[in-house]
Amino acid sequence: MTMDTIDTIDQELIYAIQDGLPLVSHPYQTIATQLGLTEQQVVTRLNRLKQQGFIKRFGIVVHHKELGYKANGMVVWDIPDQQVDNIGQMLANFPYITLCYRRPRRLPLWPYNLFCMIHGKNQAQVLNYLEQLKQQENLSQFHCQILFSQRRFKQRGARFSLKKTNEMQYV
Amino acid sequence: MLSPLERQILNQYQHHFPLSTTPYADMAKALKLSEASVIHCLRGLMRKGVISRIGPVFQAKKMGASTLVAMAVPTERLETVAALINSYEEVNHNYERNHQFNLWFVVIAQTWADIIQLLAEIETITQLPLLNLPMETDYYIDLGFPI
Repeated sequence: MTMDTIDTIDQELIYAIQDGLPLVSHPYQTIATQLGLTEQQVVTRLNRLKQQGFIKRFGIVVHHKELGYKANGMVVWDIPDQQVDNIGQMLANFPYITLCYRRPRRLPLWPYNLFCMIHGKNQAQVLNYLEQLKQQENLSQFHCQILFSQRRFKQRGARFSLKKTNEMQYV
Repeated sequence: MLSPLERQILNQYQHHFPLSTTPYADMAKALKLSEASVIHCLRGLMRKGVISRIGPVFQAKKMGASTLVAMAVPTERLETVAALINSYEEVNHNYERNHQFNLWFVVIAQTWADIIQLLAEIETITQLPLLNLPMETDYYIDLGFPI
């Protein structure tokens, strides 16, 4: 865990801002007052957390489904270990791929070590994207499977809670 | 469905949202609109459910421990098991997928030990095996989602 550069105020800030900004002229005012900071100090801290990589993106967070991107296919690949980084980086460049992760195999049940999420208006479009990828990038040689989502039982951003000890818990 | 302005705002501000004390005024300046119009547009997008929130997306791997878990659940038990999984605060995504491994969820906790303990508890309660698939490398590139 890389916690060394986060102080107690950062933790409280992360906790206070996790549900997003209010739609008012000075959206940091309330948080700043709570934390005993100025608005500018809040913004400066957020910029630092972004530079340090604790925040990977700051902006509008959309619901794909409500935008008409109703299908998402999780494609899992079995890629030789020495090639997986190159192929993972290549896949992450496609605009319709939102996540691309390397994960461990769990043999014999699970031989796949590369995961990417392909979004589309419907399943046919997602399958089409996958077919294009395989052709263009010469990926047909690798075993892959596509898993479509059916029911969404839960979807929300990661939650933080503050323990009494002031240690941050990422829940 | 979406107006040209809504589309432009969504495309421009998933990533280049101004990190300043007055972000909506800064957006208004860039878009040559009033701040009130920008706020009105954002409020409409929130009401429609297009925007879930405006703010930070945290790098889970740097903040604590997280993993993706897959379970093969008999169809007739799927809803019960999904409800059990949902009852944990540490779970933030939980989807049914069309595969022998048909239930997929994300667990985020403070430490790896917390995650191991939670997964052991789920295995004990459900008597179903699970695949623990933590992220090893994130090939994420900051492109934003085209709308």
